[in-house]
Amino acid sequence: MTKSRDPSALPAGKEGIMERQFLKGNEAVAEAAILAGCRFFAGYPITPQNEIPEYMSRRMPAAGGVFLQGESETASVCMVYGAASVGTLAMTSSSGPGISLKAEGISTLAGACLPAVIVNVMRGGPGLGAIQAAQSDYLHATKALGHGGFRVIVLAPSTVQEAIDLTYKAFGLAVQYRNPVMVLMDGWIGSMMEPVTLPEAKEPVTFSYTGWGAKYFNPSGVGVNVVTSCLLEPEYQELLNIRAGEMYEEWKEKEVLAEEYLLEDAEYVIVAYGTAARAARTAIGELRGKGIRAGMIRPISLYPFPVEHLKRLDRSRVKFLLDTEMTLPVQMMDDIRLAVADAIPVHSCGRSGGVILTNEEIVEAVELAIAKEAR
Amino acid sequence: MEKIYERPKSLTDRGLAYCPGCLHGVATRLIAELLDEMDQRTNAVAVLAVGCGTLGMFHFNTDVVVSPHGRTPAVATGAKRAAPGKLVFSYQGDGDLAAIGMAEIMHAANRGENFTVIFINNSTYGMTGGQMAPTTLVGQKATTAPQGRNPAETGYPMKMCEILSQLEAPKYIARFALDCPANILKAKKGIRKAFGMQMAGKGFTFVELLSNCPTNWGMPALECMDWMRENTMKVFPLGVFRDGDE
Repeated sequence: MTKSRDPSALPAGKEGIMERQFLKGNEAVAEAAILAGCRFFAGYPITPQNEIPEYMSRRMPAAGGVFLQGESETASVCMVYGAASVGTLAMTSSSGPGISLKAEGISTLAGACLPAVIVNVMRGGPGLGAIQAAQSDYLHATKALGHGGFRVIVLAPSTVQEAIDLTYKAFGLAVQYRNPVMVLMDGWIGSMMEPVTLPEAKEPVTFSYTGWGAKYFNPSGVGVNVVTSCLLEPEYQELLNIRAGEMYEEWKEKEVLAEEYLLEDAEYVIVAYGTAARAARTAIGELRGKGIRAGMIRPISLYPFPVEHLKRLDRSRVKFLLDTEMTLPVQMMDDIRLAVADAIPVHSCGRSGGVILTNEEIVEAVELAIAKEAR
Repeated sequence: MEKIYERPKSLTDRGLAYCPGCLHGVATRLIAELLDEMDQRTNAVAVLAVGCGTLGMFHFNTDVVVSPHGRTPAVATGAKRAAPGKLVFSYQGDGDLAAIGMAEIMHAANRGENFTVIFINNSTYGMTGGQMAPTTLVGQKATTAPQGRNPAETGYPMKMCEILSQLEAPKYIARFALDCPANILKAKKGIRKAFGMQMAGKGFTFVELLSNCPTNWGMPALECMDWMRENTMKVFPLGVFRDGDE
């Protein structure tokens, strides 16, 4: 925790733009949220994300917003739901075990078509797991953050700057699609400090719901809003589900984010996100030093998954893919295999439980896979 | 001719969705009358719990937010804190408030959140078909307590007014019954007081309304009223437990 700096003195206007600062990932995410117009935060203590609520408790009142420490993760996300229901941009943050508890609220936000941002600073799992940083929640985040078959856009930063940019972007996406958005950050990004540039402060938006839920549920209601995920008529529920499905397809067209690194001549392509991608980048340099043409696809949006980036790989040149994650068993494997339709072999490499995956281990995994493929 | 009785503007034109003889209709109407009388219809946010109370989304002609089960005070907290000028009330049954939502109600009360809780206590889970509630009386039958509630196995009815009265922050805590016109009028006065205190920024206000469930109690509506007087009201005494206005 940084004690010397007064967070309320951080730039909140144009004059602050381009000023380089040295910020910790968790605090940077909190500041980015405020700059994006977030004016409500509720959270509950859990490692490794505690700097987010701590920062918010100091900064949010100065920004004219509300900070609340909820009695539980469940209550915190429901406070966010309440704030969003009256048109306030709101956020909560947690880590794996707490995100499980938030599943109810996230599902409710999605069911009621309310925007909000949820930050998951991942640690080792399952259960209470290890409190050390890990990447154990890919499947939870991308497949089912709660019951009912809804999806959310999942953004995974690899640097503190990207954590800022993606958090800032997440609020825009949440409002645009009237759906929660998750920033899936591993504990290392949350805990490390890097030089960053903060974006411009946006005016907080207020959104209103008159006209959709209201008209259906309350046809005789006059100028009122009905915010609910409780749809007692099956045809209406089905209609909303079909619309949600169309929205998820739209995301696949418009919202995929990925970085391609040294792919032009790559024969061995690492697929990694977040901190694992940082280790992979170093490993690729070392591999290329040995004459091994390695490259990387780094998914930034984990959902929608960058399927096209994988599909357009030159199958005559790329000999294999290496799913590289800081969790075991690796969790992106099925998505990668589906994207390349098993036309390219997929190997895996990872550490788990909070053990850091090193670049040396990735180099070793690539060399081992080369040997295996040669057989 | 002067009109002396009409449908409150704070109710929609739909027929009530509650079962015949159910006192939810009385509670809903009392709130709607007060929102009219206090000129709060367009300023009110009803935070509805899961249970029969959810049906209020068809009836309140106000802004309505439906909460996940038990989290109603947390949702109301978020709404009120984000929009402090609104009149926010939660409308919760006993399963929602005293079982799954026990943490949320205790902590919202302890923070002294400036909204009003309307707590409908009919000592059963009405919507799901009459299962045992935390407020089910000793010996009272339920679909999950077919021999009647046995305190050796399932404890005793939880008295929320009394429990909440242990906390320092709440400003108004009162229990009324909806069994007869005299008590209904007292209940209306209590809710008016709670809403008024909220709008004056006084803090957490809590109104428990003893209600019935003809369908799941398995008795005609009128018999329910006698049963309430002979049983419910003996376990849950009526009265004002705290009045921070005094």
